[in-house]
Amino acid sequence: MLDILVSGLLLSGTYALVAMGLNLQYGVARIMNLANGEVLVLGALAAFWLYTTAQISPILTVILVIPVAFIGNWLIYRFLLTPLVRRSKSQGALEVDSILATFGMSFIFIGIMVSIEGGFFFYKYLSEPISILGSTTSLNRLVAFLLAVLIAAALYIWLHYSRPGVAVRAVSVSTEASGLVGINVPRVSALTFALGGTITAVGGALISTFITLDASIGVVFTLKALIIVIMGGVGEIRGAIVAAIILGLVETGVATLVDPGLTLAAAYFIFVIILLFRPQGLFGRRAV
Amino acid sequence: MNPATVQELIWAGVLVALAAFWPMMSNGYWLGIGVDVMMYTALATSWMLFSGPTHYISLASAAFFGVGGFVVGSGMSDYDASFWSMLALSAVIGGVLAALIGLATLRLSGVYFVIFTLGLAEMIRNLVSWVQNNFLGSRGLYVLTEFTDAHLYWMLLLTAGCVYLLGWIISRSRLGFALRIIGGDETVARHVGINTAMAKVILFTTTGVFGAIVGAIIAPRWSYIEPNQVFSPQLSFFVVIMALLGGSGRLWGPVVGVIPFLLIWNWVDSNFPNQSILVLGVAFLVIVYFLPHGFVGRIEQLRARARGR
Repeated sequence: MLDILVSGLLLSGTYALVAMGLNLQYGVARIMNLANGEVLVLGALAAFWLYTTAQISPILTVILVIPVAFIGNWLIYRFLLTPLVRRSKSQGALEVDSILATFGMSFIFIGIMVSIEGGFFFYKYLSEPISILGSTTSLNRLVAFLLAVLIAAALYIWLHYSRPGVAVRAVSVSTEASGLVGINVPRVSALTFALGGTITAVGGALISTFITLDASIGVVFTLKALIIVIMGGVGEIRGAIVAAIILGLVETGVATLVDPGLTLAAAYFIFVIILLFRPQGLFGRRAV
Repeated sequence: MNPATVQELIWAGVLVALAAFWPMMSNGYWLGIGVDVMMYTALATSWMLFSGPTHYISLASAAFFGVGGFVVGSGMSDYDASFWSMLALSAVIGGVLAALIGLATLRLSGVYFVIFTLGLAEMIRNLVSWVQNNFLGSRGLYVLTEFTDAHLYWMLLLTAGCVYLLGWIISRSRLGFALRIIGGDETVARHVGINTAMAKVILFTTTGVFGAIVGAIIAPRWSYIEPNQVFSPQLSFFVVIMALLGGSGRLWGPVVGVIPFLLIWNWVDSNFPNQSILVLGVAFLVIVYFLPHGFVGRIEQLRARARGR
């Protein structure tokens, strides 16, 4: 029981981080990014590839990933998604377009990754066992958790106590109103999309230290991040954290008590309950 | 009765009659392609029944298709049932599954529906594998029938014809009218007294029924059925691409999308198997950026321009 609690909590740290990335992209830039999981796997591939070819520690890779992912995601938003934002007449039309476009990107990412590494991204880093509260786990899980918490906390403080952070939150509330008070909405959206993608890629690099991924696993992570975002409420950072903890605990519980093959089914179970009873999310406001 | 739509129906009938001769003119490789074309035509047209008017992107095709194949496999090898009874059962199960998904998600905005269907095939595959490993014991299922590829082709052609006919009837009914209003503006639809959730659930259920039927019909082709094989998530994306490539405005659009996409896909897959997934990605981007209304939309645009001159 304690084992489930500890490893579930440790897992939820990275889940929360990845969901935050998606939350920024969907809540602020209004792009339903279904290539999110592939961006995560790209981060994981970078960590795996640099570690196995050049023995660069994944922690260092996290720092290297940040500028690359930021620029890459910014370019995607600027050149591929901005035309869609401009031509869409309504939020619904933009959603359909962005879903299809990001599907396209996700398959292209998978194609590129398969040609770099077709097998599993398997490597061992900090896998010594350690004991927390009498439960044994591996060091890499703890390190990934601590880093995820650190990054999430920094993001939270930035969003709440800095001027650009306030602009980002304003855009998430209303694009029109923020434009009226002098916020450059296209610029903030592009930077937020890039920031969201960066956080996702960093999360991927961290996850790869303790879960073995492969090029086509991205969609599972997209789905989990989406479920967390919906459970927490779109645009809600605290909600995403609570939702990530719930998902991490339930998944770990199902994997240890029933069958590891059923983690996705467990995530779906939570999803259905949320859809039936609280579609606006745990912390979300009901849409008017 | 609008003469243009009746004319369209007659053309469709002629096309189906002509298509029925394909197995007599071809064999082996080209007959196999014919079966694929028919399978995806039936799936994409039934996808279009629901997603065309509502603009909801359903990725559940693989789930229904898999359920159909799996029910036939399980029924025939575990319970010695006949193919036809299992075909009927799979249609019922597909319909019930679709109705349940619809009731849970279609009351809300379209995004929830897309997300829900995104991992559905994978989730059902996990569940089915788990049940098989823990409670049923066997892993492989055998579907042994007397059917040849030509028989499958005709059955699929019949299914595709039925889907088209149903779509034609729906588009001329009150339900079809309601769906077009929902697609135009859901709030307006609700305000003029349309039960939007019910209309969407009914349509989505027909998609589920036909998806399962196609999966059941194709099952004898494999003869040996494994969950990993029938619940392939890629199939859902194929269906979406083909339907949108053809054009989502017209019921006959998918046919125009299925054939070129399958030919390109087969060519790339046999020459550059590792790069084939890139074709999927590029196809999606082409649809979004260059062909937002598909081939059909482009053709009609050109025709309108020619007429304008």
